[in-house]
Amino acid sequence: MDQGILNLETLWFVLIAVLWTGFFFLEGFDFGVGILLPFIGKDDDERRVVINTIGPTWDGNEVWLLTAGGAMFAAFPIWYATMFSGFYLALFLILIGLIVRGVAFEYRSKSPSSEWRRTWDGAIFVGSVLPAFLFGVAFGNLVRGVQIDAAGEYVGGFWALLNPYSLLMGVASLILFTLHGALFLSLKSKGVVCDRAMEVARPLSIATAGVLALAMVWSYVQTDSGVVPGLLPIAAVALLGVVIWLTYAKLFAWAFVFTGLTIVTVVAAIFIGMYPNVMTSTIDPAYSLTVFNASSTTMTLQIMSIVALIFVPIVLVYQSWSYWVFRKRVGPEDVRTPAH
Amino acid sequence: MEDLALLLARWQFGIVTVYHWLFVPITLGITWMVAIMETTWLYTKNPVYLRMTKFWGKLMLINFAIGVVTGIVQEFQFGMNWSTYSRFVGDIFGAPLAIEALLAFFIESTFLGLWIFGWKKLRPTVHAITIWLVAFGTMASAFWILVAGSWMQYPVGYVLNPETGRAEMDNFLEIITSKMLWAQFPHTIFVGFATAGSLMLGVSAWHLMKKQHLEVMRKSAAFASVALLIGSLGVALTGHWLGQVMVEVQPMKMAAAEALWEDEQPASFSLFAVGDKENNRNAVNVVIPSGLSLLSCNNLDCEVRGINSLQAEMVENHGPGDYIPNLFVTYWGFRAMVGAGSLMILIGALGVWFYLRGTLAKHRWFLLLALWGGIAAGFVGNATGWIFTELGRQPWVVYEVLLTRGTNSPTVPALWVWISLIGFSVLYAILAVPAVYLFVKFAKAGPGEETSNADVAASMVY
Repeated sequence: MDQGILNLETLWFVLIAVLWTGFFFLEGFDFGVGILLPFIGKDDDERRVVINTIGPTWDGNEVWLLTAGGAMFAAFPIWYATMFSGFYLALFLILIGLIVRGVAFEYRSKSPSSEWRRTWDGAIFVGSVLPAFLFGVAFGNLVRGVQIDAAGEYVGGFWALLNPYSLLMGVASLILFTLHGALFLSLKSKGVVCDRAMEVARPLSIATAGVLALAMVWSYVQTDSGVVPGLLPIAAVALLGVVIWLTYAKLFAWAFVFTGLTIVTVVAAIFIGMYPNVMTSTIDPAYSLTVFNASSTTMTLQIMSIVALIFVPIVLVYQSWSYWVFRKRVGPEDVRTPAH
Repeated sequence: MEDLALLLARWQFGIVTVYHWLFVPITLGITWMVAIMETTWLYTKNPVYLRMTKFWGKLMLINFAIGVVTGIVQEFQFGMNWSTYSRFVGDIFGAPLAIEALLAFFIESTFLGLWIFGWKKLRPTVHAITIWLVAFGTMASAFWILVAGSWMQYPVGYVLNPETGRAEMDNFLEIITSKMLWAQFPHTIFVGFATAGSLMLGVSAWHLMKKQHLEVMRKSAAFASVALLIGSLGVALTGHWLGQVMVEVQPMKMAAAEALWEDEQPASFSLFAVGDKENNRNAVNVVIPSGLSLLSCNNLDCEVRGINSLQAEMVENHGPGDYIPNLFVTYWGFRAMVGAGSLMILIGALGVWFYLRGTLAKHRWFLLLALWGGIAAGFVGNATGWIFTELGRQPWVVYEVLLTRGTNSPTVPALWVWISLIGFSVLYAILAVPAVYLFVKFAKAGPGEETSNADVAASMVY
């Protein structure tokens, strides 16, 4: 490509990578918390502690996804159209998961019946597992390349998306988010919930490093399009090695920072590895969607840039403030309703 | 096969959008009401207002949850089911969606979290500001999604690029100052106040009939009546204005809404018609002479175009085809919407009148009307209004620019659409059960005995 990298299309490609990074970093631990809910919360009070660690902030975290989706639509409508119609059934399952999970958070504790609460706990678990796994599969397919035809349409059908490499990426994202969630719980909860989260984090960190190492090696073999992401994938695995050490050294806050850095590094590696493609065609490289042939016009990108430049910092400020307000650990005393 | 996928995709869009739109108008209005109540509590220190804030706040949250999660589908389905449409309009249509997320969704979700969980952690003034920000966020959300929606009704500020075959943005300012948008946006905001007002009045009426929680419920009924009256009058006024914009830019929709086959001067307003589409006329039609002229241009004898001449004109401009929307749905949808709105004005006016006379709790017939008639009118008016405006635009997806046919995703087989259509419909139907159950449960339970913000805190956490 001779357009270079100093252009609006590339800027928006980077911004979309940033939005996905924000989503995976923030909602990643929400998913992890939801996945660990049945294992770490043994009774109702404990489960309420687990849920309330993310209670005030999960919804704001999810908006990173909506913004990433909206930004793809606005900046790269062809990418949005091809990917969302092509990954149709996967997205359908993700949506089902996000719907039941969101309602479950809000409704679960509004009735004392244990059957009611068990049902919503199940919804939280399933609604966390599905997206945590399927987003990995989707990005695995983006890395690997999919069957894009001359018209820029995805023509590979559903089953082609469930190839071994992408499924491995799904497992990797599932386990990485679970670890991220365990570390988040170790920072945000008190008592037995916190202890269990720490216990779980150690073996999880080893398993995650193993799965990610496998995914890393396979990724180097799998991809030959776009820019070579250099040592980034290796760095991601190395960061997880540090996480293992940190969990055994009981430095959980640092461990959380390092799983966060792993997520940042993996997303960066994926996006750098694709660039300038946004969807690589396995039929003919000439059919690939790129940041240039899938983008909106300069005017739209300019308007969007101005809006993003003003409002992304504002969002970051108030969202950080909300984390500051709820910085305290959640314990059983916070969730017990005083008897009237 | 291709047509089946199109049909299913249209049904899916209709079902998920109407369902989403049952919850959202309540959110649009009730957040403002809760913000006003909490602020009143801050200024008066009267715990009755705190109890009102908590009671209506809980109902707000039960409603909010479904509105939020069904909204995610809205953003994704354009790409999933309508990829050809998305490619064609993305340059214009995507931007307001992204801006909506960035400007509105972040504010709503972050500050709602702070409101729910911040009762003890935030100073009371800061806490009240969080719900005001949520209310502002819902309004901003309505604005940006209507920027996108109004553009489909009345495309402005774009050029067609013959090379790519796509619509491209030409003038952003023109898009966000479109007269269609500035009729639809206030119409929608007033709808929110009217819908939330009717729901709150209905719930208050139930308690007043049972003669319980009188202090909170009398005040709530007064709040709700005022919101309902202002809201429904605003809906009628902006609806009238919207109708005039429609006559100008979408005359076919107005002709369809009136089952007006021939150009008329003066044009009469139809009260009851039975169509005869085979012969392009009405078999039966009961009318108010000059009524439609009055509505369309504020005088008694202007000309209003009819379906037959508009169809001929469209054929001339766009080639052969049937450019007439589904008349049964548009005609009766329009009437159901206007009827529901009128009933809401009546209930709101009676509520305010009885409140001023201090007899709000005494008229059992009125309380029954507010409970059953008011709440039903809110839902019926919203659903039919939405269906009318969307189906009245057909066969166009972007009015006079792009036909709906052929804009669904070419690579998505009917089977996939079946799966998601059935999946979403079943899931939405199932979710309605706990939503209604919780709403009724908390509505019936009534307000508590809270006297300080700390009392509220414990009952709000998950």
